[in-house]
Amino acid sequence: MADDTLEWHAVTKASELEEQEPEHARIGDTLICVVRLEDGIFAINDVCSHEFAQLSEGFVDGEEIECPLHQATFNLKTGEATAPPADDPVETYPVKIEDDQVYVGFKKQA
Amino acid sequence: MADPTSNQTFIVVGGGQAGGRAVEGIRKAGFDGTVILLAEEERAPYERPPLSKQVLTGEAEPDSAKLREDGWYREHGIDLRLATRAGRIDRARKRMVLADGRELAYDRLLLATGAQPKVPGLPGVELPGVHVLRDVADSLALRDAMRAGARVALVGGGYIGLEVAAAARKLGCDTTVLEAAPSLMRRQVAPELGDWYARLHRDHGADVRLEAEVARLLGSARVAGVELADGSRIDADLVVIGVGIRPNVELAMQAGLDADDGIEVDDQGRTSDPEIFAAGDVTRQPTPYADGKIRLESWQNAQNQALVAGQAMAGATAVRHADLPWFWSDQHGINLQMVGMPTGPVRHVWRGDPAAGPGFTLFYLDDGGRLVGANAVDRPADIAAVRRMIERGVSPDPAQLADPDVSLKKLLKGQA
Repeated sequence: MADDTLEWHAVTKASELEEQEPEHARIGDTLICVVRLEDGIFAINDVCSHEFAQLSEGFVDGEEIECPLHQATFNLKTGEATAPPADDPVETYPVKIEDDQVYVGFKKQA
Repeated sequence: MADPTSNQTFIVVGGGQAGGRAVEGIRKAGFDGTVILLAEEERAPYERPPLSKQVLTGEAEPDSAKLREDGWYREHGIDLRLATRAGRIDRARKRMVLADGRELAYDRLLLATGAQPKVPGLPGVELPGVHVLRDVADSLALRDAMRAGARVALVGGGYIGLEVAAAARKLGCDTTVLEAAPSLMRRQVAPELGDWYARLHRDHGADVRLEAEVARLLGSARVAGVELADGSRIDADLVVIGVGIRPNVELAMQAGLDADDGIEVDDQGRTSDPEIFAAGDVTRQPTPYADGKIRLESWQNAQNQALVAGQAMAGATAVRHADLPWFWSDQHGINLQMVGMPTGPVRHVWRGDPAAGPGFTLFYLDDGGRLVGANAVDRPADIAAVRRMIERGVSPDPAQLADPDVSLKKLLKGQA
């Protein structure tokens, strides 16, 4: 991934992320859900694609997060909707860690 | 779609959420023959929860409740026929006879005929100004009538009645809730939680009367009030009846399918005729969580049982419907989620302090200490962990369950 196309935003400390315990962050107007899984830290858009709800208040089971309102599930690595009522995926964001700081990458505005 | 490999025709009767999800299930399982969806209303399938909430208050329009965008049916090769009423099933000839006499041949049929509000045989119940709430037309009629200052009496303190009461207060109506039982939402929550909701509604200005048995509705040209069995009277411009629903089993019974209080189905939605399936509010189905079959009147069931039944109809063998029952209600901006089906004596464990306001959960443990249900008040995240604990038959330590500092997820994994 060519880093120069991304703007990196600091969201949380890696050491503060417990495995499978989602955290939320806000970058500008965008709500982000950050989760540590067994094999890394992943970031997705925090808003359920079905109806407004914050996924970071939901339950992580394996690689999936379950929406707290209607039990739709999303894959944390791909953003794919894996159970109804959601059909559309949520956006995923690249993550990098430097000196315990977790950064989420947004595409630079043209 | 490409040329179908199947020349069979599947007909789904009923354009509610279950009908809409059933046709999705049929396609999901790979059936590429003809699929016809018969809907009585002029509208494509929609979800009902907003009808007693945002649609009623005018914060949302009915179109926002659509299950699918209009183009979805065409894209999935679904022949959606609106304003089309089923008449009877001719099982011998495998024909669906429409109310207007036209006939449609089927290879397999799925009944998602839903339910309708129960209307008690009270004197005056037929008067103008008496409402029920089930479909979009009901919701819009009620919204139009609930003008600020109107006096609204709700007969029934279940979650439909209470959601309407919350909407009525928001719109500035003078609101009275009449519940025959000693506590609100008696079928869904413990009396103590019902009492908490009675205070909530009173704090928002509603007059909540418990053990209030309605004797008759008053008025001549239109409804003017309610008279209770004790002789007291409540003046009202509108009366909303919310005392439950009864399944629309007529089509199934006339066809000789096993049906009484619901169409009898197995855990794949199959009726007593192997070519006929059923799904949603209209069915009575087995569940791992109760003895005997039950009817589930819920959004969850209309979605998931219908997806299973649609797939099974199309030949999928592995799918089964065995969801743990789950319901929710939103009243005065507070989210209540209810999971499980506590039967028999239960012990109550509270997590969080109800006296401090919303943000607590009430757990139900059976006499063996097993978690069998929970009601979460503005703690939606608890429900996902509780659901898994119930499904796995966990017996959590009550003291840990009551401690908000102990993670439910760790209790689930036995790590607390």
